[in-house]
Amino acid sequence: MTHRRPAAVLLGLGILLVLPAGLFLGSVALSPGDVLAVLGGGGSEVHREILLEFRLPRLLVGSLLGGGLALAGATFQALLRNPLAEPYILGISGGAALGAVSVLALGLTTLGSWTLPLAAFAGALLAIVLVFRVATATGRALDVRVLLLAGVVVGAFFAALISFILAVSEARTVRSAVLWMMGTLYGADWRDVAVVAAYTLPTAFLLLRLARPLNTLAVGEETALYLGTEVERVKRTAFAAASLITAAGVAVAGVIGFVGLVVPHALRLVIGSDHRALLPLSFLLGAAFLTAADVAAQVLLAPTEIPIGVVTALVGVPIFLILLRRSAVR
Amino acid sequence: MRLDAADIRVRYPDAPRPALDGVSCSVPSGTLFAVLGPNGSGKSTLLRALLGAVPLESGGVCLDEKPVEDWSRRELARWVGAVPQSEPLPFPITARDLVAMGRYAHLGPLQGERATDREAVEAALERCDVTELADRLVQTLSGGELQRVRIARALAQQPRALLLDEPTASLDIRHEMGILELLRGSAECGITVLLVTHHLDLAARYSDRILLLDRGRVAAEGPPREVLTPENVESVYRWPVAVEDDPRTGSPRVVPLRSREAGSAPEG
Repeated sequence: MTHRRPAAVLLGLGILLVLPAGLFLGSVALSPGDVLAVLGGGGSEVHREILLEFRLPRLLVGSLLGGGLALAGATFQALLRNPLAEPYILGISGGAALGAVSVLALGLTTLGSWTLPLAAFAGALLAIVLVFRVATATGRALDVRVLLLAGVVVGAFFAALISFILAVSEARTVRSAVLWMMGTLYGADWRDVAVVAAYTLPTAFLLLRLARPLNTLAVGEETALYLGTEVERVKRTAFAAASLITAAGVAVAGVIGFVGLVVPHALRLVIGSDHRALLPLSFLLGAAFLTAADVAAQVLLAPTEIPIGVVTALVGVPIFLILLRRSAVR
Repeated sequence: MRLDAADIRVRYPDAPRPALDGVSCSVPSGTLFAVLGPNGSGKSTLLRALLGAVPLESGGVCLDEKPVEDWSRRELARWVGAVPQSEPLPFPITARDLVAMGRYAHLGPLQGERATDREAVEAALERCDVTELADRLVQTLSGGELQRVRIARALAQQPRALLLDEPTASLDIRHEMGILELLRGSAECGITVLLVTHHLDLAARYSDRILLLDRGRVAAEGPPREVLTPENVESVYRWPVAVEDDPRTGSPRVVPLRSREAGSAPEG
């Protein structure tokens, strides 16, 4: 890791510079002067509203979500010792989608604008608890192979339930459900910022502290134990923290795919897999990537917005394939 | 550091018989203690039990008179270094970074490596003769090279006790002898060394005491000359042997006999 530290620091700084792009670009382009005027407390009424009521919260939600998803993905890859792992692999997206689709299909508005996110969050928690209970049922230890299998199967079960609900729903419901499942940052407001930050920041801090323990898990649980890792506690904390980040993200913005898979792997190809560098940089690159994808989603077909999940996949996959091919050639 | 096991019994789930059944042993500070026995006799399980890595059905383990379950893993890793028989290869990582994992228990969660940590890593690399390999990815090392790096990682923990499970199984003569000399030297410096091995002769030459296990029970325990008698070895390994004194080493040497040399066919 030592010889890669300068590269990692440069990468981190570069990523931080990308983030403000979300303030300038969008359905209406603002000049740097306009943006600075508003940030300085002045600017026109219109510009103030665009920036402070729409763009800033949307930028923050996007950064926190992208960072959280990439961090959760890197954590799940380490915890499950499986490169295909991503934040939704353990059925969290299925649970959240079941909650959201149920609300849409039944037309529930009991809790106003909180109804849908809360239902999605409850569904995600249901999936998390279910999968965890199955994976710890065989003994007292958390078996990560069982965790992975249980997650995939529970996800498939929820997917079947969702298909059933959609099959008997009217066309309008189906459309909003499908759009929700593709993910969007449209309409992100300060309340969303508060919710996402409340879940993402503490759990992200918790996960960053697990960098060394996660490194030791890579040499097997027995050796990890002898190197001073409280293996059970680390596995459970990593699972809970990564799951909560994902659940909160899904509840606020739907299922945004590929960030959690592609960002950590792209970084692995460049800076290696030492979690002390991988985890913080995953958070930064995930934030920058989702912000850039969100700008693209607003700008490319303006005034129509492309679902952000579509952009992350369409952009993320080719970049990833190029990196993969280059590292294979090298 | 002193290791004590008192009448321990360990049973793995769904196993027909306990892996360890009423085993007791005491390893005083600065002793090189060898654990011998056939495959499946419970050697590795004893090592795990002493490290608090398997649940005990009965009995107890104490490290420096403190029950092993009262040690936090972090505290234990600062006192005891262990090299299990095998481990999966991690993600691509240099040998130096793998050895540096031995320092994790000495560092806070977000604390950077200090000069003392880097010195401990370099010293451990040097003692295991792997300094030249330090910048290589562990994926490119041979089995014997990787083994020496793993031992270096345990040394980097700067432990007061070292527990190793067949550490020299994949090493050539030079490196096998080098590691055994290192372990002997560590014992002379007061470090407790517990060595699981199949190499009876080298155990006899290097260890202070030998524990001979047979199907989860203690068959014999004591100084090499008292434990490695033809009767003990034959009954535990179920193969005819001759034990001779090697005048050059001054230690007993176990010679497994071919069936015609033994005069009677070996049983089983």
